[in-house]
Amino acid sequence: MTPLAKLLEAALFASARPVPLDELAALDPEASPAALRAALDEVRTHYDSEGHGVELSEIGGGWQVLTRAEYTEAIERAQLASRPQRLSAAALETLAIVAYRQPIGRAEIEDIRGVNVGSIIKSLHERGLIDVVGRAEGLGRPLLYGTTPLFLEHFALRHLEELPRADELAIAMRPRLADAPPPADEADAAP
Amino acid sequence: MNSINPEVAVGLDPGFLPSSTHEAPATDTAFVVELTAFSGPLDLLLALIRDEKVDIYDIPIARIAEQFLARIKSLALNDAADYLEMAARLLRIKAQMLLPRGEGDDWEDPRAELVRRLLEYQQMREIVDVMEKRADERRRQFARAYLPMEAAPPQAPLALSLSELLSAVDRVLRFVREPTMHEVVARPLDVPAAVELIRSLLALKAQLRWTDVVRADAAPWQVLSALLGLLELARVGELKVAQARPFANVEITRDPTSEAA
Repeated sequence: MTPLAKLLEAALFASARPVPLDELAALDPEASPAALRAALDEVRTHYDSEGHGVELSEIGGGWQVLTRAEYTEAIERAQLASRPQRLSAAALETLAIVAYRQPIGRAEIEDIRGVNVGSIIKSLHERGLIDVVGRAEGLGRPLLYGTTPLFLEHFALRHLEELPRADELAIAMRPRLADAPPPADEADAAP
Repeated sequence: MNSINPEVAVGLDPGFLPSSTHEAPATDTAFVVELTAFSGPLDLLLALIRDEKVDIYDIPIARIAEQFLARIKSLALNDAADYLEMAARLLRIKAQMLLPRGEGDDWEDPRAELVRRLLEYQQMREIVDVMEKRADERRRQFARAYLPMEAAPPQAPLALSLSELLSAVDRVLRFVREPTMHEVVARPLDVPAAVELIRSLLALKAQLRWTDVVRADAAPWQVLSALLGLLELARVGELKVAQARPFANVEITRDPTSEAA
């Protein structure tokens, strides 16, 4: 590997969180973004082609060295690390709404889910998956929430645009019958 | 969670029930309802529409409302306000459907808003499925020094013996070898002397200023003594005190009436 690739490998090894490209750039002021990308590619190819137990992933707006999935069970059995808890259905539903409609206030989330979401929002906030991103205009100036980099990490997303677009999912939004409401109305209702 | 196929959603699969894998954080009292496998009234409603094999765009509202109420009862969801609110909404729509309507009128389907919300909710559940799949994939990999998502457990109470505590105190005391001491000396005010001073000054001059009475380098006790003496003399009527404006010099005048006396 080139010296730059080795430097990046060492930095990624040292970090527990995905490291964004601009932070990697700080390691070597001489290196251009193109050189960094080439070096990252080199590390990835090195891991992939020479039979390593880890791989390089682009995730949560940065780069991270992760263990390969086939070793998960063995690592867990040996109690060297444990998987994070799965989120509840309620938490996932709330997160999905925040991810697609951010910035969004609590009342709007409750409108879509049809239930009170106060405590769920609190626990998602405590877990660092959502954060307050502003305040809405209008009565009481309610807090507006958005997703965090940790959210991207949790769902193995490089960026938010990697989530399927709402109109790609909207099969159910299309009227099925001839006497159904006109399509225009339904399209308007789509998020 | 079971995946929600849109075709299934319009009522082809009788076997659907939201899975029991829903996990509710133990700390969230608001999610007792979660334990019953429905994440909210819209979820329950969608399940009913599926079970009853009805068309989501043409919901037989009377039948569904009846089923909804029955399910609330059987699931012991009576205390969940969100479910009751939906039950009330269904009954209102049912009533609106019964109103007579003329041919060719601009009739707005009272179910339209409900259908819109159901579809919106269903779409969100599709997104949840995508997100859950991704999260599961990510959970199959470990990062270096993976930090668990759960909050750190509370710290154990301190195990500290008395001898450890005393030796720590000892170390601190030794570190502070010579404590800085301030000697506090009680210095009583001398009001009678100040009174005598003002009297003798006034005997020489009919008019004085505060700065004539108190020297610039006077100690606090001297300033206070002079002030109290001045006030005392003013009280008994030997002099008058005036100040043109705040912080201006204080003018002290011999009281002519007392002089006469």
